[in-house]
Amino acid sequence: MLRHFRASIVMLLSMTVLLGLAYPLAMVALTGAVFPSQANGSLIVRDGKVIGSTLIGQNFTGEGYFHGRPSATVDTDPADATKTVSAPYNAANSSGSNLGPTSKALIDRVKEDADKLGKGVPVELVTTSGSGLDPHLSPAAAAWQVARVAKARNMPEADVQRLVAQHTEGRMYGLLGEPRVNVLRLNLALDAQAKR
Amino acid sequence: MTINGWVQIALFIAILLLVTRPLGGYLDSVMAGRRTFLSPVLLPIERGLYRLAGIDPKEEQSWWLYARAMIVFHIVGFTFLYLLLRLQDLLPLNPQDMTSIPPDLAGNTAVSFLTNTNWQSYGGESTMSYLSQMAGLAVQNFLSAATGIALAMAFVRGFARTEAKALGNFWADMVRATLYVLLPACILLTIFYVWQGVPQNLASYVDATTVEGAKQTIAQGPVASQLAIKMLGTNGGGFFNANSAHPYENPTAFSNLIQMLSIFVIGAAMTNVFGRAVGDERQGWAIFAAMGVLFLIGTFFAYWAEAGGNPLIAALGVDNTAGNMEGKEVRFGTSLSALFAVVTTAASCGAVNAMHDSFMPLGGMIPLINMLLGEIIIGGVGAGLYGMLLFAVLAIFLAGLMVGRTPEYVGKKIEAREVKMTMLAILSLPLAILGFTALASVLPVGLAGPANAGPHGFSEIFYAYTSAAANNGSAFGGLSANTVFYNGTLAIAMMVGRFAVIIPMLAVAGSLAAKRKAAASVGTFPTHGGLFVGLLVGAILIVGGLTFLPALALGPIAEHFALLAGTLF
Repeated sequence: MLRHFRASIVMLLSMTVLLGLAYPLAMVALTGAVFPSQANGSLIVRDGKVIGSTLIGQNFTGEGYFHGRPSATVDTDPADATKTVSAPYNAANSSGSNLGPTSKALIDRVKEDADKLGKGVPVELVTTSGSGLDPHLSPAAAAWQVARVAKARNMPEADVQRLVAQHTEGRMYGLLGEPRVNVLRLNLALDAQAKR
Repeated sequence: MTINGWVQIALFIAILLLVTRPLGGYLDSVMAGRRTFLSPVLLPIERGLYRLAGIDPKEEQSWWLYARAMIVFHIVGFTFLYLLLRLQDLLPLNPQDMTSIPPDLAGNTAVSFLTNTNWQSYGGESTMSYLSQMAGLAVQNFLSAATGIALAMAFVRGFARTEAKALGNFWADMVRATLYVLLPACILLTIFYVWQGVPQNLASYVDATTVEGAKQTIAQGPVASQLAIKMLGTNGGGFFNANSAHPYENPTAFSNLIQMLSIFVIGAAMTNVFGRAVGDERQGWAIFAAMGVLFLIGTFFAYWAEAGGNPLIAALGVDNTAGNMEGKEVRFGTSLSALFAVVTTAASCGAVNAMHDSFMPLGGMIPLINMLLGEIIIGGVGAGLYGMLLFAVLAIFLAGLMVGRTPEYVGKKIEAREVKMTMLAILSLPLAILGFTALASVLPVGLAGPANAGPHGFSEIFYAYTSAAANNGSAFGGLSANTVFYNGTLAIAMMVGRFAVIIPMLAVAGSLAAKRKAAASVGTFPTHGGLFVGLLVGAILIVGGLTFLPALALGPIAEHFALLAGTLF
């Protein structure tokens, strides 16, 4: 029995050094050199300031921006640490709504959003994503917002549509995943257009 | 359902089929201690580890010695991980100043990662320091997976050896699986994942000022290196709370494909290792086929349910063509979310790329059934194979009863001792699942857990104990499981699910190894053909179905009918 303990302790400690320190730290060094942008979170920096990450959705509320999907993430209530408050796109606390398909809370929430957005709204715009940080919209969900964005920005709808088309990514290699539009990139392109 | 959805599912299966045999050959060589192309680099490390630990890798262990080494290794591993989590606030690599983990959560988490379950009562980015993630949780991801492979090898040797007393050396098996299989693959996978966009850094969380001027804190960390082993070792514990639904933990459909394949490859290849060991690869393919049949049925139903969408949402005038998108990510859609859910629960991985809690009642029932059947459809690395072989023993015993002769499986007579031990292993699962579910469904501390009311709330509790006992680790995430009651009972369920299967399984292996191999005769029931596959699938469905149908009727099935009637809770 004692032999097993010695073997266990030695094995665990040496494996911890190898798998728990050497391996991840070597990977930090290697990937940081080969793929520095991705390894550090695919951040977008403007004028020396980080404005977000291309992979992480952010909360848009202005009429002139495309809005991402609803987000169910929360944050600690500043008034009472035992409670949480809604905090959409909280990238320090990812989560979905975890509401089941027969949940009254889910159906009430969807009804409220659907009434606001109008009949025929694509389901992606009234459902929360798994992470609460979904950076994408489906092309249909982006198209749904073109008229509103164009009106708010005093732009011809065709111009906005063209931008959406430019930012629509197809399935990877024509096969994998679903077609999608990166909301942050699209909104940055809109702002860039406005500056010109 | 779309054609593209099915093409992607077909692609996944095709790649898996291509990889199974070559990887099986490699695993077979490694576990037998033969030279491989990595030996020049790794052999010195391997020998150094043995010398340091005072182990002779050639020393063969009986089933009981093998089990003892494994148990002691778990005790030491638990103590170390528990202390690491309790003390993380005092240790380095903690840029976010995470506090010490409370005793019940630390205990639950340590059991969870040791048993290859990776049930998480916590959210990673809001709880764990980088040191805890790297040197604590990820290390156990490696070791629990390597232990699974080791145990499966011991079981396979029980069938392969003749009149033998021993099953191999636990330490050698564990070290070889780690060094020659898991670590090199994880290095390649990490590089791939970072290329796709998964972060790998030690920076503190980034404070961004968003386009609209708000503050957004973006969690960072050594994600890719942990993600690689989390999938390959069928552990499933996410670096982030949202697991592989988080765009940092699964940024693209390509990373998603590789993650799903990583979950399955070792488990699939183990069936081939079994075939090689008993001298007839067809035996391995028969086991693979039985797994495949169950996998395809599950995939079809899950995809069908999710693609159909929620009729209650369609009734509100919403365009429902994309299907049930609550809890799902746009880049994956319903096809890849359903496929991932089936893969992760068929193997005992438990990583998720969509929130199972928000699946349709029948869509969410498929992951539940996969786990209830005992994680044998490919299953956890190693654990899937020995779980499935226990069912094979049972199936062959039932066949023997039907024709009235002593059954044989791959040349070994299956007798009273083996069948008793097999039943002990198979019945421990329903005992833990149904016992604790019943308890939590009547006690106030249990009823405080579910976030959803009605049958879905019951499903949340049922899913939690199923996931724990089956060592899966996925969740209907609405359950507030970070309480003393749930942390404690779930930890017990995880231990029952692991050790009450392993120990009888090793006993079966020990008694099989001691037997002589019976020569095949005309009276031998062939176990490499369609009839055996059908029998095996039948045995699995009857045992699982009869045991769990009543509980399923109270949860997902009741909810399905409530949905059709338009009842809300």
